[in-house]
This record gives sequence, structure tokens and C-alpha cells, in this order.
Amino acid sequence: MSDTENLKLTPLYNSHLALGAKMVPFAGWMMPVQYTEGIIAEHKHTRTLVSIFDIFHMGEFRVKGGTSAAALDKILARAVADQKPGTCRYNFLLTEKGTAMDDLIVYRIAEGEFYIVVNAGTKDTDAARFRELLPQGISFADESDSTAKIDLQGPESANVLEALGLKKESLPGYYKWINASIKGIPCLLSRTGYTGELGYEIYFPAGKSESMWNLLLEQKDVKPAGLGARDTLRLEMGYPLYGHELNLKTTPVEAGFGEILKLGDKRDFIGSDVLRNSQPGRLLVGIELEGRRAAREGTKVLIGGQEAGIVSSGAFSPSLEKAVAMAFISKDFKTAVGMELELATDRFKVSGRISELPFYRKGTARMSLGG
Amino acid sequence: MKKYTKEHEWVEIKGSEAFIGVTAFAAKELGDITFVEIRPEGTDVIVGDVIGTIESVKAASDVYSPISGTVCATNTDLEEEPGIINNSPEERGWVCKLDNIDLIELEELMTKEQYDKYLKESTKK
Repeated sequence: MSDTENLKLTPLYNSHLALGAKMVPFAGWMMPVQYTEGIIAEHKHTRTLVSIFDIFHMGEFRVKGGTSAAALDKILARAVADQKPGTCRYNFLLTEKGTAMDDLIVYRIAEGEFYIVVNAGTKDTDAARFRELLPQGISFADESDSTAKIDLQGPESANVLEALGLKKESLPGYYKWINASIKGIPCLLSRTGYTGELGYEIYFPAGKSESMWNLLLEQKDVKPAGLGARDTLRLEMGYPLYGHELNLKTTPVEAGFGEILKLGDKRDFIGSDVLRNSQPGRLLVGIELEGRRAAREGTKVLIGGQEAGIVSSGAFSPSLEKAVAMAFISKDFKTAVGMELELATDRFKVSGRISELPFYRKGTARMSLGG
Repeated sequence: MKKYTKEHEWVEIKGSEAFIGVTAFAAKELGDITFVEIRPEGTDVIVGDVIGTIESVKAASDVYSPISGTVCATNTDLEEEPGIINNSPEERGWVCKLDNIDLIELEELMTKEQYDKYLKESTKK
């Protein structure tokens, strides 16, 4: 990805530049990492009011056909057959070894129709995998190029949608979606996100990108936020980032998702044999550091002076005003919330203790809209 | 007298001491600064030695000493409020002070005009 000339631009590239964004390469795209106020201000604005994020780079697939639920049930790590139309579910695409090819969200559109939202960096390998695995008679379409996605996130986000003409009582509940129209732009609107705050993900035709972005930006309290704030917001919530907490060497069980996989159920899916018949060699934990200095990915974790694991993500937490990290700890070490440990690079060593996840516990993601 | 390096540090001579910090350009490039570590008082450094590390939300960067000397003071305000470097990089955001300096080393460094020209040329693509 070092060749910036081959990077893709989202339809909002010029809008980002006009807003003073700093653009960086990410998963093959040039994306805004921050705007003029900076990551910490954007982070805090999202926690207290409302921000918009250009998430055009992520991929959207549509799977259609009478038996698509049964087919996806054999492919994905969590069941989809019991998922009702109108709902969203966090899910995983695994290798035969049970390691993660991607984490994704499945939207059930109808009995025989699903919408699948995947990470940008894994989109093409995911698409190839689905095409290889889905049986004949089921159609698969990669709609990523024609689909724009803007995330509206923050406690004021429902008020923004209301100001744009949507009735609050018609808005979808947590992890549900609806078809909506925002000032005449048709969209799929889900109450999902990656920040831990009340928020919506808006999918709509790519050609309407600038209209939608400007409509949202004109609303009271709305500011743009970049991938930098998106990363610190998700880290404070303990949400995994593909490539860090999940990757081709890591199973969802190791990353802390063992329970939601319901491995006790009889359903077979790709990787289920391995996950049922083996114990995870390491487990993901949250760590609150003693000071402001961050332990970045790759930092060693020492327990009682012995090397016990490695940091997968770490940064300064703007809400907690100290550094936090997520790390994989070998099963040879017993861990418990509150346990003290050290984080060491070849240049410095800092103390920390194991924390419950999420680090930030005041998120509004599940709040009731009342009424 | 104030001089600048290609690595975006500044050094300002006041009496027999040299104040050292990072330039406004560097502070802006780093983004929100969240942590600063400075070599302790009494540390002897030569030109190009790491005298500190500045962390922003996204990354960590070293600060190299523009001249040789001995660290005689560090800016302790940065411990609790590292963002001072973002707000006032070339004044309140100084990183440390050196004594035992040799002014002749400053001749190798850029003046404000030279640095501004260097910035213009290096950021032009």
C-alpha cells in the first residue's frame, strides 16, 4: 500500500480536503484520519453530540435465493436462519482452521435475501470466498462500488434524523434496520455503529454522496470525524479491529467471542470442528495503563516478569485520559480483572492492570429513545 | 538567537542556555500530543541524540537534540498537559533546556527564513 498513486478515493475526497482533513492511506483507500480540530476533539464530540464518518471504503454484498439462509448458516460462524427480517447480527467468516477471514454484519432483508457488510481490506477475498462457497441457485452481488456508507454517531444522532424529516418513533431499534428516505435520497438505515454511542449507519447510492454528506453536515451539532477518532472510540469500547484483534491467525474464541458462537448447538459451519475440539491458546484482555504513554501493537506483556502475551491495539484514551490497550495473553497465565502487569518495548516499560471491557462504560448505543 | 533543524526542532539561546522544542509544523503534523518523555536533568547529549519522545494519539516520534550539551531543566508542565506543545509549540511548549553548549554548532542550523523555505520545498510535491 506504499504506492499512494494506486489508492482509491471515495466520492467525498474533495469534501474532506475542503474541510481541512489530513488524508492517509488505509486498506487501499485515501481516507480522512482527522479534520482540523483533531482526533481528541472529534472523539469527545462523538461521545457528547454527534459526528459523521465517511465509511465508503467498506464493502456491501447482497445474497439472494430461496435457500440462502441455509447456505449462509453453513458458511458463517453465527446462525442467520433464526435471524428475523429487519434485524442485523454481528458475524464472522472463518477459515477451515476456525481463524477469522473477516468480521462482518449480516442484515436480513427478507426470508431469502441478506445484505452483508464487510471490511475494506478483506472485501475482495471475502467476495471470492462467498462465490466459491455459495451453492448454485443463490445469487451473490458485490454492491460496494455503487453503495455509499456514512455513519452518524453520537447521542444526538436521532435528533439529527428527526430534523431531516424522519419520525423518531419510526427509527429502527438497536441492531435493527429500516428502508428510509432522507430528503428524497433512498437509504437503508440501521441502528448500528463502531463507537459505543447511539448511532446509525446509512447506506445509499454512491452518486448521492455529496448531497447526503452536506445534508447531514448542515444539521445542528453535526461535525465530521475521521478514522483516528473512529479507532479510539472503538478501542474504548473494546471492539475488535480486523487485522489486530481478529486475523487469519486468531479465532473469534481467542478474541472473546466464544459464548456468542454457541458452539454447544449442533449447527456445523466452516471452522466449527476445530473450534469445538480445541482450547484457545490465548485470550484477549483489556489493560488500563498507569499513565498517558501508550503501549502500541506488538508491545510485550509481562506477568511476574515473564513474557505472557502481546498487545494487539493500544492508544491514549481521550475519555479516560490515560492509555489503554487490548492484548492476547497465553492460557498458561491465569488472569483476573485488577491483576497488575507490565508492558515492555525495547525502549520503555510501563505498568498496567487488567480491566473489564469496555473501558468506557457510559456509551449511549443501547439507550431508549423514549416516547 | 533561534535556529531550526531539518527534523523540525528549534533551539533558542538565552544567556548561556539553549531552549529546545519542536516547530509549529511538527506539532501540527503530530496531531494531538498525549505524552512527552524527556531525558532527565544531567544527561549529556551530542548533536542528533534522542532527547525526548513525543506521543500523539496515532504515533510516537523522537526529538533529536539540535546541539550538544547537558540537560539542565525539563518542561514539567508537559507531564500533565502535553497538549501545550500543540497550542504553543515554540514558546510555552519548550521541551528542555541545555547548558554546557558550544554556540559554534548553531552555524550548521537553519535560520527562520531558511527553515520556512525548506518547509515549502519539502512539502511541495
